Amino acid sequence: MERHYMDSKIKGVSTGTTILAVTFNGGVIIGSDSRASMGGNYVCSKTINKLIQVHDRIFCCIAGSLADAQAVTKTAKFQISLHSIQMESPPLVKAAASVMKELCYNNKEELQAGFITAGWDKKKGPQVYTVALGGMLLSLPFTIGGSGSTYIYGYTDAKYKPDMSREECLQFATNALALAMGRDNVSGGVAHLVVITEGGVEHVVIPGDKLPKFHDE
Amino acid sequence: MREGLKTQDGGIQYDLSASTFSPDGRVFQVEYAMKAVENSSTAIGIRCKDGVVFGVEKLVLSKLYEQGSNKRIFNVDRHVGMAVAGLLADARSLSEVAREEASNFRSNYGHNIPLKHLSERVAMYVHAYTLYSAVRPFGCSFILGSYDQDDGPQLYMVDPSGISYGYWGCAIGKAKQAAKTEIEKLQMKDMTCRELVKEVAKIIYIVHDEVKDKAFELELSWVGEVTNGKHELVPKDVREEAEKYAKDSLEEEDDSDEENM
Repeated sequence: MERHYMDSKIKGVSTGTTILAVTFNGGVIIGSDSRASMGGNYVCSKTINKLIQVHDRIFCCIAGSLADAQAVTKTAKFQISLHSIQMESPPLVKAAASVMKELCYNNKEELQAGFITAGWDKKKGPQVYTVALGGMLLSLPFTIGGSGSTYIYGYTDAKYKPDMSREECLQFATNALALAMGRDNVSGGVAHLVVITEGGVEHVVIPGDKLPKFHDE
Repeated sequence: MREGLKTQDGGIQYDLSASTFSPDGRVFQVEYAMKAVENSSTAIGIRCKDGVVFGVEKLVLSKLYEQGSNKRIFNVDRHVGMAVAGLLADARSLSEVAREEASNFRSNYGHNIPLKHLSERVAMYVHAYTLYSAVRPFGCSFILGSYDQDDGPQLYMVDPSGISYGYWGCAIGKAKQAAKTEIEKLQMKDMTCRELVKEVAKIIYIVHDEVKDKAFELELSWVGEVTNGKHELVPKDVREEAEKYAKDSLEEEDDSDEENM
């Protein structure tokens, strides 16, 4: 059993993963794979959900230690919910991302989890924030994360355009996930996508065999 | 048993601590705290179309005071100002509380604190001091004002009992009734900050009692589109223009009174 966590720096179950979030004209699409692994050899779960809803129009994608990520998102969800009720209005995406960042930064010694916070609010519309391992908070038009993201930096840098339509963005996100899942051994399973707009939240699940295929598949 | 303490004529005292109600349901200590506010000179705050203006009648008790000392208008955050009346030391302590609340909010949530939330938080703090006999209530009221691009201008007032209300215009201090009457005459929703500054100066000059209190300094501050959302004391030239307008208006009224006689 020790072999299972000797190779990976993360003890126990990790989400060797691919996550991303991309803004488009009128909303934001977040996506992830669904594999949870232990030690790089064993797949604990083929159907795990890495897209956690922290408020009506705000989601977090998780990467790193699954236990840490779940603990942080649970606490953040509670804090954001209380904050929203006190403010008597839906929370700003920036506020939710700040809450995540405070948790990550203040507990950086114990935690090993990174997040992408994305959503829609009335003040600034669709937004994407990345909260890195040590607690860095950065606002970006789109971002990718997790172990699988290293294989798709070239693709996303080349193919991203600002102000895409919903369909273009969905295609972009699906392609990126498929390419990463195809090369990263700890990413796989199905592709989970969530489209967040002012009007609501829509889940799209694409099973492994329905993912776009590329030249050698 | 403090509640059973009898006065000379045999009546029981209910006003010795904030933790005691009177038989008719009042907490006397809080009411006495409000009297402390009524003994202080007047402060007003008015909200207009594009900002908030504060005016304070600062009584000068001695010629030896440096001009501009003992400020009664504080900066709580870049976009929030606070004008006070009552015990100045209590007010200074509360301005620190307000500053920390605003700063912690920004640290936790990454954006400016909405004024309604700030005034509720500080009001909750003030209210806590009305619950125990070990402490006394704060002897000051204060008016908070802010301007923000999305919520626009906001104005809230907190009194020693720990309630906060939103206003278009409010006054605290000894001449608050007279000031309120003057404020009600204004159509503030249609005015800009530049117009309002002159009216605020005029109201302070009107309610100032020349007989009982002699010299006074007018402290004016504003926050709005005109200052790009930053709360600051009104610049010297604008203040001088406002004071001139105030003095001229008073003279006109004096003249018209003489004609009637």
